[in-house]
Amino acid sequence: MLSKETIVKAIVEGIKVASIYLPPDVKDSLKKALEVEENPATRAQLEAIFKNLDLAEKLKAPICQDTGLLSFYIKAGAKFPALDVVEEALIEATRIATREIPLRPNTVDPITGRNPGDNTGRYAPVITWDEIDPRGDYLEVTIVPKGGGSEYVAVFTMIPPGKGLEGVKEVVLDAVVKAGAMPCPPTIIGVGIAGTVDKAVSLAKKCAVIRKIGSRHPEPKIAALEEQLRDMINELGVGTMGMGGKVTALDVHVDYAYRHPATYAVAVVFQCWAARRATVTIKSNGEYTITQ
Amino acid sequence: MEYRLKTPLAEGDVRRLRVGDVVYLTGIIYTARDAAHRRIMEYLKEGRQLPFDLRGGAIYHCGPVVQKKNGEWIVLAGGPTTSTRMELYEGEVIEKLGVRMVIGKGGMGRKTAEACVKHGAVYTTFTGGAGVLAAQSIKRVIDVHWLDLGVPEAVWVLEVVDFGPLVVAIDSTGRNLIEEVVEESSRRKSELLKRPLILP
Repeated sequence: MLSKETIVKAIVEGIKVASIYLPPDVKDSLKKALEVEENPATRAQLEAIFKNLDLAEKLKAPICQDTGLLSFYIKAGAKFPALDVVEEALIEATRIATREIPLRPNTVDPITGRNPGDNTGRYAPVITWDEIDPRGDYLEVTIVPKGGGSEYVAVFTMIPPGKGLEGVKEVVLDAVVKAGAMPCPPTIIGVGIAGTVDKAVSLAKKCAVIRKIGSRHPEPKIAALEEQLRDMINELGVGTMGMGGKVTALDVHVDYAYRHPATYAVAVVFQCWAARRATVTIKSNGEYTITQ
Repeated sequence: MEYRLKTPLAEGDVRRLRVGDVVYLTGIIYTARDAAHRRIMEYLKEGRQLPFDLRGGAIYHCGPVVQKKNGEWIVLAGGPTTSTRMELYEGEVIEKLGVRMVIGKGGMGRKTAEACVKHGAVYTTFTGGAGVLAAQSIKRVIDVHWLDLGVPEAVWVLEVVDFGPLVVAIDSTGRNLIEEVVEESSRRKSELLKRPLILP
């Protein structure tokens, strides 16, 4: 029988992996940046990044002191036997991981300023029931320790619908210039286009934090938009940590939803170079795997 | 140029630095981010004495991951946080408290640059996200103040050895490296906006 304790254990393990090891697609893409950058100050940043990644793995320490606001994206099989305890298990795992790894206690009450010290609180950690698989009997949780520096520069706006994709391009390029060195570039940039505020933002967010570098939207037109936006952003020349350089975005991911005739919502969300994520898949018999 | 400097920093040592120079710092640094800066400003306004002396010192925009082992605090990860949020306060902090070096990431603005020129200070950056690498240079937690603000926001007094590479991003001549890069990006953006997307 699958117990809450099994889920807690698997998630704590997943948070550890996500906090300490950078996913291989992100690491490879940073290596490519180091191959093309020439400016010494920029190269020094990338070299420090790789030294840091090696040390984190060796010492089993979190890559960055900003261990993020923990965010969980759940894909749930409708036949998974312990759906009723999943949220409790995620909160408990957050408390344990905070103590054991340890993580920095980041959650703050915006009204009183109080920090409870365990990374929990009202709507924290951030839990998103993202997808239901009607026939599945498994639980898939993607763990994203989302840093504050890259979240800080996110942009949401409504553009005149007549502007269309050129208007989207303007919003994205503006956002990248305005963000400058703040989100710890090179970043992964997620762009969401939709009719409502929440849909645009949630699509952009998932594009930034979940999709792998190099993955392209299945529709050729959107895939081409992703590549052209990425190349234009890299022509801006912000470079690693704003030192100037050829790589400002490791990738750009775009997704869209049908809109209302009057609204054209555009959201731009950034993920820092320390783009941490891990996916824990738990089977109905309690066996689990962690992938990055 | 590469420099190895020690705290307390002399005005002459700091005024010699230019944007793009690399510094390795040894001595004592004080972490302070939003809430600590706000409290420093309150103390200044009320004319109260701070519990630490920043004259010739270095402020580090950082909220570390710490662990208490056998009664001693250890820093496990301690990279910089985005400095831009501290732009509100830093000019006055440099002026009134005699800070010679501000360490962070992401860049700072005009008011900080003006204070650097007038009072002899620099803004340097450490690689954002490189928290474990930074922790290697932090040899000891000497003290902690204002822990009531929470772990990330407290003022951690840290002994560092060869902390770096710190890239000088604002020097005492008023040059601002990151602002210059972003201004160039803004010019390039205007050009890119004239070039239409070509989609299938």
